[in-house]
Amino acid sequence: MSAMILMLIGSLILAAGFLAAFLWSVKDGQYDDDFSPAHRMLFNDTKNNNNINQSSN
Amino acid sequence: MKVETTQKTCFHCGENCKDAKIHLQEKYFCCDGCKLVYELLNENNLCTYYDLNTNPGLAQKIKIREDKFAFLEDNTIQHKIIQFTDGEQTHVTFYLPQMHCSSCLWLLEHIYKINNGIVSSKVNFSKKEAFIVFDNSKTTLRKVVETLAAIGYEPHISLQELNGEKINKTDKTRLYKVGVAGFCFANIMMMSFPEYLIAEGAIEANIRQLFQYLIVIFSLPVVFYSATEFFVQAWKGVKHKFLNIDAPIALAIAITFGRSLYEVFSHTGSGYFDSMSGIVFFMLVGRILQDRTYQSISFDRDYKSFFPIAVNVLKEHKVIPTTIDKIKSGDIIQIYSNELIPVDCILSKGKAEIDYSFVSGESIPVIKEPGEIIYAGGKQIGGALELIVAKEVSQSYLTNLWNKAIFKTKEELPDSYIHVISKYFTFIVFAIAGVAALYWYMQHEYKLMWNTITTVLIVACPCALLLSATFTNGNILRILSKNKLYLRHPDVIEHISKINHIVFDKTGTLTQQSDVSVTYSGNKLDDEAQTCIALLLAQSPHPLSKAIVQYLDKDIENVTIENFKWTTGKGVEGWIEDKYYKVGSKEFVLGEKANQQINSTVGVKIDNTYFGEFKIVNKYRFGFYQLMENLKSDYPISVISGDNDSEQQHLRAVLGNSDILFHQKPDDKLEYILHLQNVKNKNVMMIGDGLNDAGALKQSNVGLAITENANNFSPACDGIIDAAQFSNLDKFIAFAKSGKRIILMSFVFSILYNIIGLYFAVQGTLSPFIAAVLMPCSSISIILATYGMSEIAAWRIKLNKT
Repeated sequence: MSAMILMLIGSLILAAGFLAAFLWSVKDGQYDDDFSPAHRMLFNDTKNNNNINQSSN
Repeated sequence: MKVETTQKTCFHCGENCKDAKIHLQEKYFCCDGCKLVYELLNENNLCTYYDLNTNPGLAQKIKIREDKFAFLEDNTIQHKIIQFTDGEQTHVTFYLPQMHCSSCLWLLEHIYKINNGIVSSKVNFSKKEAFIVFDNSKTTLRKVVETLAAIGYEPHISLQELNGEKINKTDKTRLYKVGVAGFCFANIMMMSFPEYLIAEGAIEANIRQLFQYLIVIFSLPVVFYSATEFFVQAWKGVKHKFLNIDAPIALAIAITFGRSLYEVFSHTGSGYFDSMSGIVFFMLVGRILQDRTYQSISFDRDYKSFFPIAVNVLKEHKVIPTTIDKIKSGDIIQIYSNELIPVDCILSKGKAEIDYSFVSGESIPVIKEPGEIIYAGGKQIGGALELIVAKEVSQSYLTNLWNKAIFKTKEELPDSYIHVISKYFTFIVFAIAGVAALYWYMQHEYKLMWNTITTVLIVACPCALLLSATFTNGNILRILSKNKLYLRHPDVIEHISKINHIVFDKTGTLTQQSDVSVTYSGNKLDDEAQTCIALLLAQSPHPLSKAIVQYLDKDIENVTIENFKWTTGKGVEGWIEDKYYKVGSKEFVLGEKANQQINSTVGVKIDNTYFGEFKIVNKYRFGFYQLMENLKSDYPISVISGDNDSEQQHLRAVLGNSDILFHQKPDDKLEYILHLQNVKNKNVMMIGDGLNDAGALKQSNVGLAITENANNFSPACDGIIDAAQFSNLDKFIAFAKSGKRIILMSFVFSILYNIIGLYFAVQGTLSPFIAAVLMPCSSISIILATYGMSEIAAWRIKLNKT
């Protein structure tokens, strides 16, 4: 019986985690734009000195 | 052996280079604009732009005037554009319609390399927007916009957006609702399993109780959060004395929820929470698929998004950038090359060559002399102009249209057959419930009577109808958008299926905007004369000259001539060998005043003999004749054109004795649609392109705007169709018509499940288990059936699959 309760709590926490992840991803705008992130990760960027200078100043 | 291609294409934009004159080392450019962009990117180490895609740019032939963005220094305008500023950093989002590939994305996110005042930029590609943060101490809004313009991404800043009419807004609440409903549905299902499968007593009573209470808790967000839109819609319908499909659905949800609560708390059963949350989840998914929006396309534009937001007003010898809503009649405004004229005005200085293609679709420019009236919406092709404002922007000839009542009325209540069927369906269900209840009442089985009433209503809610409709519409919209017809709303599918009259605009709709055909009539021109004419006309940048040069198709690449004179907007004259050529407008060639109508003819005079004239007309779109042939048999067709009637005979031959009207003003077009609707009782589809069709598009039952480039702006309409797909219009109509058939068929199919459910329900023996099996079965089979049938319909109609 206690095993059942533990399983229940475990599964609910897991599911709630997924729900939270989903709501977070919607809020974060992951479904707004399905093009940019997919392509952005393919750019192999040269480090830009401009920005580094800016932040160190 | 290597074959050297003589034709060079532009390294920046991929267009053919007219000559190989503009180049940097091995790289050739079609124009100085493209070369400038390349140089700028090269200087700033941004040539990855060209590595990601070949020729990613857009042609930069039109130069941007130096102080074009001076108006951005005005505080009130800045205030409207800027989203947030703390004095040090400023946040702003620009709409960049030029964005089209990953190179654009890369370049726009590396723009800080060009302008080091830009702190960061993030692109939303679906919306074609860039969110930019810049440092106020290092740069200004104007400089940021100028940086964007310099690399070929001039932001579209329009009055419509400035006035706070945000055009595209995404609503995320439905996604949240689906997420919550899905989560609750899955957990309720899981916790209901013991109830279904395990025999009584196999599970401890207190655990069973715990599960039931947990289920009740999980059902609360489904009813009070996810399902709210059904209650809200139902209430709206009831308030307007209109029974929409949401009403019986809301009723069923409420009854199921109430009865299930009663069962749980009276310990008489476990309720139907699982079926209820499942159906809410599926219905929300269907609505999301159906209402998926095209983020980068806007269907609500009015003239304000076409017009510039500010023009230069001359006041006491000073130039003041003024937003166009503040322009008063009597002001003197300056308009530069390639700018739109926002108000009706009188030309006071300069040579006006006005391209009215925005307004009428007619791309051949009209010449205006000082003193003449120029109507709003025209684009100046030649040099700078000074104009005296005759009417304020909202009172102008064209914009007046938007003051009409049809642009102010709110949307009417939906009249879809879905709601009608759901109404009858609901009455039948009530009748069944009533008969069953009466039967049990006579048997004095009062408990069974209540049981029957509630379960019948639970089983037979028209959820299946809603599911069939939303999933079918969603799939039809998806297939149509793959075929480049973008509809504003799923209801448009049904409106298309009802039309019984089609009205076309002519210029820009039936004819192509860019491609023209040239005919020559008069004395025969020998080869030498043709070459000489081509040589002369090649010196003029006028669109008519270009069209004729292309038509004559002579090899004049490496020939230069010296003794010629070009008069802007008139023509070219000059000596070639021992002959004197004069080519241009009739007025120019013959020296007599010509009337407006023949501005698309070019006369030729050699020495002192008038040889003949070239006539330039817009070509009809590809597939025009076949399409008319296909449509003619099923629908009456009308053509309403703002142009002169030079094409009348030709159209008559194609269309027979349909209505073919010329010289139609924007108001006339609107009146014509109204006449068809009110007097002849027709459901009208209007297909147009320009702002002058805006009234007719809005008034018609279905207004489709045709566009040659998805980045172009089209007036407010129900759907936007790509010009290349114009010839498929008949197929699209047929496909939209099949939509209703598919919805009805899958609905009838789903009624089978309802009948099984009803069989148990009227006997009062519908167990939660049976309900929980029937619900997903019917939902999923509806989804599969609608999907399959719409794919088959698309295949039978031979729509493109991509």
